[in-house]
Amino acid sequence: MGGHMTRSRRWLLLIAALLIALPACAGGTPGDDEDDGAAEGGEGGEITVAAVWTGVEEENFTAVLDAFTEESGVDVNYQSSDDLGTYLGTQIEGGSPPDVALIPQPGLMRSLAADGTLVELSDDAQAALEENLAPGSQDLGAVDGTQYGIYFKAASKSTWWYNTAVFEQAGVEPPTSWDEMLETAQTVNSSGTPFVSIGASDGWPLTDFFENVYLQSAGPEMYDQLSTHEIPWTDESVISALETMNELFSEDANLAGGISKTLQTDFVTSVTQTYTDPPDSATVYEGDFVAGVIGGETEAVVGEEADFFDFPPIEGESAVVGAGDVGVALTDNESAQEFLAFLATPEAAEAWAEIGGFISPNLNLDPSVYPDEISQRIAETITAASESGAIRFDMSDLQPAEFGATAGQGLFQRMQDFIRTGDAEAIAKALEKDAKAAFGE
Amino acid sequence: MAVASSDVSAKSKSRRPRPKRPGGRRPLVALAFLLPALILLGALVVYPLVDTIAQSFQDQDTRQFIGLENYRRALDRDNTITALKNTLIWVILVPGLITGGGLIFAVLTERVRYGTAVKVILFMPMAISALSVGVIWRVMYEQDPDRGLVNAVIGAGVDTVKGQGAYPNATLSGEQDLEQPNAKAAVTSNQELAVGDTVTFGLVSITDEEVPADAEQAVAPEGNEGAITAVVWRDFKPGGGTAGEIEEEEVGLPNVTMELLDQSGEVVASETTGSDGSATFEDPGGGPFTARVAASNFDEGFQGFAWLAPALVTPAIIGAFVWGGIGFAVVVIGAGLAALPRDLLEAARTDGATEWQVFRMITVPLMAPILGVVFITMTINVLKLFDIVYVTAPGGSINAANVVALDMWRTSFQARQFGIGAAIAVFLFLMVIPIMVLNLRRFRRDES
Repeated sequence: MGGHMTRSRRWLLLIAALLIALPACAGGTPGDDEDDGAAEGGEGGEITVAAVWTGVEEENFTAVLDAFTEESGVDVNYQSSDDLGTYLGTQIEGGSPPDVALIPQPGLMRSLAADGTLVELSDDAQAALEENLAPGSQDLGAVDGTQYGIYFKAASKSTWWYNTAVFEQAGVEPPTSWDEMLETAQTVNSSGTPFVSIGASDGWPLTDFFENVYLQSAGPEMYDQLSTHEIPWTDESVISALETMNELFSEDANLAGGISKTLQTDFVTSVTQTYTDPPDSATVYEGDFVAGVIGGETEAVVGEEADFFDFPPIEGESAVVGAGDVGVALTDNESAQEFLAFLATPEAAEAWAEIGGFISPNLNLDPSVYPDEISQRIAETITAASESGAIRFDMSDLQPAEFGATAGQGLFQRMQDFIRTGDAEAIAKALEKDAKAAFGE
Repeated sequence: MAVASSDVSAKSKSRRPRPKRPGGRRPLVALAFLLPALILLGALVVYPLVDTIAQSFQDQDTRQFIGLENYRRALDRDNTITALKNTLIWVILVPGLITGGGLIFAVLTERVRYGTAVKVILFMPMAISALSVGVIWRVMYEQDPDRGLVNAVIGAGVDTVKGQGAYPNATLSGEQDLEQPNAKAAVTSNQELAVGDTVTFGLVSITDEEVPADAEQAVAPEGNEGAITAVVWRDFKPGGGTAGEIEEEEVGLPNVTMELLDQSGEVVASETTGSDGSATFEDPGGGPFTARVAASNFDEGFQGFAWLAPALVTPAIIGAFVWGGIGFAVVVIGAGLAALPRDLLEAARTDGATEWQVFRMITVPLMAPILGVVFITMTINVLKLFDIVYVTAPGGSINAANVVALDMWRTSFQARQFGIGAAIAVFLFLMVIPIMVLNLRRFRRDES
C-alpha cells in the first residue's frame, strides 16, 4: 500500500491509541519483552527483520522470508510496526536494532545514514544489486554515493485512473501527452462528466501531482536540486510547472464539483466518487495504491471498470515518481547482508509478485509472474523509467516534515492555496519562505 | 495535567485550616501516606510541566537557551494566531451556551410529564466519546444533501419551494452566436429574430442518463411561416463532434423552457421543447425578438451548505460540542433544582410573584453555585479541546478550525517542531491559570 495512505491512517490510529492508552502509559513500554540476542546472528543463525507490513501483506512477505530460510538456512524473526521510524528509533536507542529494516520513507533512510546507524552493502550484496536492478533503482538505495540499501518493493505515483465506461461514452482514448490530456478533458466534460477528481483536502495528492508535473517538465536533475533545496522554489522551472498544472485546475468544469468541492474532497472520496453510479468524475489522479481503494470501497473491478494511464509526459520522454521500500542493514552481520543480497534476486521478488499486490523493480523478474495485467504494466513503467534514469522518489518525503509532510502547512497547504488562487508567482514565493524556514536557512 | 495538579493542590490546601486533623502531630506518618501520590504527581505532572516550560526557551536540537525565540516564532505563525482566536471564541460562547441551555432545559423538563425521559435523551450524547461525536457530526454535516442529514433537512424545505431544472449541469458549447454570462444563467441568442426565422442552441455537459429516453435525433430547423422556430440540442456525440453543428447521433433536448423576448427584454412568449428539441412560437407578432433558454432549466436544486468549509467550520463544531455537552449540564442542574427548598418557591408564589420572577429572583440565585460548577467545568473542557476538532474538521478546513491544544500537538508531533510546540503549550497553561484561580477561590468559599 502507498506510503501516504498508511501515513494518514497511521496518524488516525496513533491518536486513537493515545486516547485509549493514555491512562495506562505508566505501565511500561510495549515491545520491551522482545527477545534480544537476535542481533548476534551469525552463520545458520537467526536475523531480525522489521518492516511496515501487517495482515495480508505480512503473510505475503512471509513467503519471501520462507524462501530465504530455505535457501540459506538462516531463520528470520519478523517484526512489523506501522510507525517504523519511531519503532527503529526506540530499538536503536535501546541498543538492539533489528538486523534488517525495509524502510518506506527515503527521508528516514537518509537520517539513519547520517546518524551512522546503517551498514554499507557487502560486496556480494552489491554484486547481486548490480546484476538485478537498473542504475536508476540502485540509486534509490544510496545516500551521498554510499550504497546502503536495496530497493525491494516498488510503487508508482505516476498512474492516473479512469472510469472505462465514462471514457467509452465520451468516445475518448487514454491520453498519451499533457496536451492530449487537456483535449480529452474538454471532450469528457462535454459528455456531461467532469474530468478529474483529486483528494485536495488531504493536501498530499496535490503535492504528488505537482511532483509529476515538475519531474516531467523540468527533468530529473532539476528535480534532485529542488528536493535538496539547491535551487529555490522561486526558480523559473517551478513557476512554469505550476502554470502547466494550472492549465488543468483553473478550468472549473474539469474538476468534479468545481474548485470549492474539490478542496473539500479527501483521497478516499476522490476514488469512490469516480466509480459510483452515476460517476461524479471520469478520472482520479493518484498512485498505484488507488487500485486497493477501488477494490475495497467500490463495486468496480480493477482491469474492467477501472483502468489507468501513465501520467502524461509534458516534454519528451516519460518519467516516474516512485515510492517503495528499501532494505537496509542496521547491524554488522553476515546473514543480514546475505538477506539483502537475496532481496535483490528475482526469486525473492517472484515469491511475493506471484501472489499479487506487489511490484518489483527487478529487471530480471519475468513479467508473466504477475497475476494481473495492471500490475504487469505498472512494473513495466517502473523498470523502463529506472533504466532510462527517469525515476525519482516522492519529493515531499525527502523534505523536513514541517515542510513536506504536515497537513495545513508547507507544501500541502501551498498547493491547496495554489489551486484556489492560481497565482503561481505568489505561491512560489510562499513556498520558498516555508522551505527556508524548514531547512533552517 | 496542569488542570489536575491545581485541582488537587486546591483541595489539599483548603483542608489545612480545618480545626481537627487526625494524625496532625505526626508529620512523618502523613508524609509516608502522601508519598505515593507525590511521586506520581511529580513524575506525571510536575516534571512534564517544568520540562515543557524549559523546552519552550530552548532550541530543539542544541538545547541551548534562546530566550523568547520560540514564542516569537509561534506568534509569527498564522496557524497559532487562528488557534488563539478560535479558542477565545470557544471560551466566550460555549460555556455560556451550555450552562444557559442546560438551565432552560432543566427547568422546563421539571415541568413536563415525561421529564425524566427527556432528560435521558438529552443525556445520551454524554455516553458517546468526543471522538465519536466528531465522527457522527462529520457525516451529519456532509455537503451533499444525499449524505449529510443537516443539509437533507434544509434541502427538503428548500426544494419543495424551488424545484429543479431539466438539465442542471448543461452549459453552452463553443462556436455559436450565443451568450451565457455565467454558468447557470440563461443562454441568449445574439440573433435578431422575425417571423419565419429559426435559431439553434447547442448545449453540452449533459450526461447520457440526463437525456430523456424519448429524445430524438435533432434536425436543423426549417423556416416556418407565421412562426419562429427554435431547436435546443445536445451538441455532443462520442469523441466530441464539431461544436455548433447539428450532427448525426446528436439528439434534441426535450422539456427545455424557451422564452421569446421583445426589444425591451420583456418575455412575450414561452414554450417547452418537444422530443426533437424544437419549440415553435406561433404568431409572435411584429419583431424583432430574441430567444433564450431560460435559466430555470439549469436550476440544480439545493446543493447543501458547506458546513465544514473554512468559513463555517468553527460554528459547526461548536454546534456538535454543545449537542454532546448539554446533557451533562441538564442533569447536574436538574439535580440541583430537585434539591431546591420548595417552601421558598411556594412562599414567593403565595406572595404573588410570577413564574418568571420566581425563576429570576429565587431559582437562579439559589442555583448560582451549581451554575458556577457547570460553567467552569465547561470552560476547562473547552480550553483543552482537541479531539472533536481533529476528527470533525476535514483536511482543507483544519487550519480554520484550529484551537490551541490541537495546534500544540500538530506543531510538536506532526511538524516535529518541539520548541514551538512547547511555547504553545505554555500559552495554553497561561490561559488555564485564571480559571484555576477562580476554582480555588470557589473551593475556599465553599469550605468556609
